[in-house]
Amino acid sequence: MSSTLTSDAAASEASASPGLGESVRNYWDRVRGGELGSLPAVAGLVALIIVFTVLEGDTFLSAFNFANLINQSAMIIVLAMGLIFVLLLGEIDLSAGYAAGTCAAILGVTLTQRGWPLWMALGATLLTGVIIGLLIGLLVAKLGIPSFVVTLAAFLALQGVILLIIGEGGTIGIDDPTILKIMNANMSPLAGWILFGIVVGGWALLSLLKMRGRRAAGLPVENMSVFLAKLIALAVILGAVVYILNQERSRNPAITSIMGVPYVVPLILILVVGLTYVLGRTGFGRHVYAVGGNAEASRRAGINVSRIRIACFIACSTLAAVAGILFASRDNSISPSTGGSTTLLYAVGAAVIGGTSLFGGRGRIIDAVIGGLVVGVIANGLPLVTQESGIAFIVTGLVLLVAASVDALSRRRAMATGRA
Amino acid sequence: MSVSTQSGVRPSSGRTPDPVLSLRGVHKSFGAVHVLQGVDFDVYPGQVTALVGDNGAGKSTLIKGVAGIYPFDDGDFFFEGQKVHISDPKHANALGIEVVYQDLALCDNLDVVANMFLGREEKKGPGLDEAAMERKASETLAGLSVRTLSSVRRTVASLSGGQRQTVAIARAVLWNSKLVILDEPTAALGVAQTEQVLSLVERLAQNGLGVVLISHNINDVMRVADHIACLYLGRMAAQVPASEVTNSQVVELITTGRTGDIGLPAQVANHADAIDPTTGA
Ligand SMILES: Nc1ncnc2c1ncn2[C@@H]1O[C@H](COP(=O)(O)OP(=O)(O)OP(=O)(O)O)[C@@H](O)[C@H]1O
Ligand SMILES: [Mg+2]
Repeated sequence: MSSTLTSDAAASEASASPGLGESVRNYWDRVRGGELGSLPAVAGLVALIIVFTVLEGDTFLSAFNFANLINQSAMIIVLAMGLIFVLLLGEIDLSAGYAAGTCAAILGVTLTQRGWPLWMALGATLLTGVIIGLLIGLLVAKLGIPSFVVTLAAFLALQGVILLIIGEGGTIGIDDPTILKIMNANMSPLAGWILFGIVVGGWALLSLLKMRGRRAAGLPVENMSVFLAKLIALAVILGAVVYILNQERSRNPAITSIMGVPYVVPLILILVVGLTYVLGRTGFGRHVYAVGGNAEASRRAGINVSRIRIACFIACSTLAAVAGILFASRDNSISPSTGGSTTLLYAVGAAVIGGTSLFGGRGRIIDAVIGGLVVGVIANGLPLVTQESGIAFIVTGLVLLVAASVDALSRRRAMATGRA
Repeated sequence: MSVSTQSGVRPSSGRTPDPVLSLRGVHKSFGAVHVLQGVDFDVYPGQVTALVGDNGAGKSTLIKGVAGIYPFDDGDFFFEGQKVHISDPKHANALGIEVVYQDLALCDNLDVVANMFLGREEKKGPGLDEAAMERKASETLAGLSVRTLSSVRRTVASLSGGQRQTVAIARAVLWNSKLVILDEPTAALGVAQTEQVLSLVERLAQNGLGVVLISHNINDVMRVADHIACLYLGRMAAQVPASEVTNSQVVELITTGRTGDIGLPAQVANHADAIDPTTGA
């Protein structure tokens, strides 16, 4: 009696290590069943790129503009990564934008005004993020105040904190060369290709190791053709990105040469890989999804739910601190409006557009990158087409609405087909 | 995972093995409410003990005491012959006691493997050992002859009620458990799925585990139970072999606390509230 499933499973899975065609069909079945993942966002991104290429191809597709797009999206992407931690719990952090601003202000004060060494200033900046997240997390997890209210209060309070630190109408300049380099300097073209090699080779190596481990454990293994197709897709996309960024993009190459992958790109790559590992492959990450899916079940399974909640708010505010460092680097200065205006809403929008659910329990770090690029492409491409900034807001709002509808509809669809 | 190796331990009826769980004269009060009044309760390995009783009789309170959620105030708790004092759920788990709660306590957004190991994930270095967990999950389901799950990597959201109940039960036997307690596992299920779960319950016992089944459905109880224990207003009215009572006798036990010469003394059954609780045992 004990061999039935093992043999069933072995039999079905030996035959069902699916080939490329079947993998595509399986994926399509899942999509039709409501498990959309980042498909709508990728489709939207491609559509937007096509539209802007048709309308303003010369400018939009230029290497200069491409680097610009990365500069515009980087902060949104990093903030969205942090927000994904709280969105996975079904919570929200409205204060993340001003948390970024506050942390940037701390960076400015310690680095420029107090003359602290860089590592100490960076430590103080990140620590500020940790403390903000800890306070919010304690209020939400221990007192049970809804995160909407706690973070709305923090949104207002942090706005005031920045004003007090910097002063009405003031700014703090940033002149540390390392900080300025992050958003304003580029890797050499060769270093760009080495980075490309590390990422593609590393991905291939990890995938092969995982396949070997599963085979050793007698579990179903991904088909080789599926692996190769994914590898080629990754290599082509990343290769194109590196190639374009390695083109000369200076208006006047005789005076200054600008080419290469901006330093912020490897920074974001490290965050994507590291945080994806944390959420997807560690016990902590598993528990984040569990609490977002069913907090009571998690509690009964012995998971410390408050600890997970607090950790996610800390992750969010700490990543906001990283975004604050990027703001400081890009703008060379910090003002009371750093991290304000549309920053937070764009970041939430990016996470949702990328495929993270507002209902909790569903989302991945890569959603922040894809959604952030969608938001960035709109902000970057529309001004080439029209000077009306009003249009950009309206279009972004509509895209967000579409994304939220996709989220809600795919949930309904998933329930109808018994997948949720 | 010793599930499959223990198969066939089920003793022939007639000879009774030593109980895996024995409660003697346990009491539990919530403030002024004396919910359990000197209850005796035995569960035997390889057998299904049904725990029945009207709403509010104290069934859930009794199993929560066993599971360490609300420790008993007084009385003796023997597990595998050893006297133990269980103070929290982790302690109960460590002894090999698992509870399948009525509201299932599964995470819809996670797959079967993740749910079965929730809170007790296998680690490899800093990360999860997915391969080991997937293998053990499959083996456990195989040990229970579960054939209704096509893949252990499906999310629980996509499973039927019976399949979910199967996952919840499989999760309980994953941990070398010796005693599995199921609180109304078939309450929300249709006919076919109830049948599935009941045969799963029988298989747990065949694999040598002590099984406690709480149910309000007398037919289900008579179908799988080896023993029937009936709580009446916080007292154990009777614990009898299922073969020695009829459906209507069980119903009478549940509603009045006695039937024929089985059950509580007549004056206790009729005036349970007027009796000094401490003399009940
Ligand atoms: N936490 C508590 N605080 C106070 N009273 C409680 C508590 N838990 C249970 N009780 C009381 O104990 C009595 C027995 O409850 P219990 O849940 O054990 O009954 P049950 O037999 O499981 O009933 P049902 O069949 O309805 O599930 C009830 O009168 C209930 O009101
Ligand atoms: Mg109950």
